Amino acid sequence: MNHDNYDDNYIRGILNGVKSIAMVGASPVNVRPSYFAFKYLAQRGYDMIPVNPGHVGKNLLDKPFVASLADIGRPVDMIDIFRNSTHIMPVVEEALRLDPLPKVIWMQLGARDDAAAAKAEAAGIKVVMNRCPKIEYGRLSSEISWMGVNSRTLSSKRAPMPTQGMRLSLNRTSLGGGETAASDRAAKNKADPT
Amino acid sequence: MNDRLPGFSTLAVHAGAQPDPTTGARATPIYQTTSFVFNDADHAASLFGLQAFGNIYTRIGNPTQAVLEERIAALEGGTAALAVASGHAAQVVVLQQLLMPGDEFIAARKLYGGSINQFTHAFKSFGWNVVWADPDDVASFERAVTPRTRAIFIESIANPAGSITDIEAIAAVARKAGVPLIVDNTLATPYLIRPIDHGADIVVHSLTKFLGGHGNSLGGVIVDAGTFDWSKDNKYPMLSEPRPEYHGIKIQETFGNFAFAIACRVLGLRDLGPAISPFNAFMILTGIETLPLRMAKHCENARAVAEYLAGHPAVAAVNYSGLAGNPYNNLARKYAPKGAGAVFTFSLKGGYEAGVNLVSNLKLFSHLANVGDTRSLVIHPASTTHSQLDDAAKVKSGAAPDVVRLSIGIEDKEDLIADLEQALGA
Repeated sequence: MNHDNYDDNYIRGILNGVKSIAMVGASPVNVRPSYFAFKYLAQRGYDMIPVNPGHVGKNLLDKPFVASLADIGRPVDMIDIFRNSTHIMPVVEEALRLDPLPKVIWMQLGARDDAAAAKAEAAGIKVVMNRCPKIEYGRLSSEISWMGVNSRTLSSKRAPMPTQGMRLSLNRTSLGGGETAASDRAAKNKADPT
Repeated sequence: MNDRLPGFSTLAVHAGAQPDPTTGARATPIYQTTSFVFNDADHAASLFGLQAFGNIYTRIGNPTQAVLEERIAALEGGTAALAVASGHAAQVVVLQQLLMPGDEFIAARKLYGGSINQFTHAFKSFGWNVVWADPDDVASFERAVTPRTRAIFIESIANPAGSITDIEAIAAVARKAGVPLIVDNTLATPYLIRPIDHGADIVVHSLTKFLGGHGNSLGGVIVDAGTFDWSKDNKYPMLSEPRPEYHGIKIQETFGNFAFAIACRVLGLRDLGPAISPFNAFMILTGIETLPLRMAKHCENARAVAEYLAGHPAVAAVNYSGLAGNPYNNLARKYAPKGAGAVFTFSLKGGYEAGVNLVSNLKLFSHLANVGDTRSLVIHPASTTHSQLDDAAKVKSGAAPDVVRLSIGIEDKEDLIADLEQALGA
């Protein structure tokens, strides 16, 4: 699996396929990126579970915090890790002890641990690194285009008006995934300065 | 499996636009409104806190403008774009994100005269210090780098003489210095040159020129390549440090590879105010749909006119990089293989007087201070766009007193040549 850039269909398949998402490192502070990514994914109809041992006993948008993945107590489709790269491995190891295993482990924008990714993939789990599911959902649905962002997709179909809890179509025509983006080359060069 | 990658002409027509969700309108509507209602107080707070996608107020963004932005980002191969009121506004907004008072930026000496003025005088009063370098001498950029350098600024095809800049060589200097390369791509448009493919980190345009293309609407744009790491040192606090305006959000941490475009919008445009009008955004968007057709014709005509002038006995020299023997011809072949643009200069053996006579005798060419119109345009830079420079600076910037600048339109080339023939013979 090439983690320097992802085919849009890979990301699309994940975001179309998963229903429940446990967010490790979710913050109740409403100016933190994890808070608003959590809120956005909940608004788009995902079953969100906040995981943060520092906030057990509190709720995040009416969902109770749990201390660890093991405490979720039910199967979860995707683990979204809102921790920096040095804290990824223990979370992945914890995820690998779940039964059933999650289908996807997603590491947030800025987070990348290739060894942890390899471990998860060896167990048959799909991995995404250094991406934000909110941004990717907004990009593939073109909702993010309101911000002048290049969605790298086209569509001649009329878009629906998004409402609370509504899943948007992610099935627009992709412009060849990320392969041509200079930004992906830069990310690769940053990860591998040689 | 990836979908097929659409070509440039398909992107020029479709990128960013889809039928209006409310009405089904196929052409992009002109959302001529100042403001947008919120669903509820929570939605409003989310939008103001940069937590949700959506519209607030046309000074920050507008749906017509957003289509224009995504289309240009797609054509340039960037991650995001921000449209503003003019090319000059784009330059102010870009540098506001990068420079604090006392900082420096290095700029190519061959630039649009208005940019030279803006950098020399207006920016000086902000404490942003321009250091000039020679785009024909890459080492002069290296020598200009200091610990206070925050950016390098060049034009891909330089106004007024149409010379071609070695973008890759200067991008290498910028990388070594750890600063972003800003390329003004106005005269090339992404149809001829895509600076991001050659190492640019930020692209700016005056949309007023070839992108809009019809001489009817002002606009500017900033394209974020998504290539620069703003947080690797403390040089760019607007992007790397918590922003008090937004409850301590760090822009790069939150927005990743389109952070620069977001900073330009929410810290630059929001607070400085040079918004593009939705109507102008619509006019420019409509112009872009025919960009590939127009640029091909502009370049075909320009080459024909340049060749004609080069053979005329009254002409001393033609500075068109598309001609064999021009000092920039190799760079033109490398960077702009589809054509060397449609703006160039020439000088007359009769000097300043002959230039003035030519301009007054032309009947089809319009004498005015713009380029990149469907109509062919002519101007004498030394007495107009570059008049505020001293004589030495005029020569260095390619606007010597005997030089006439042409911007070749999309008329029939035979008619343009006939007009020049009668004016040169008069």
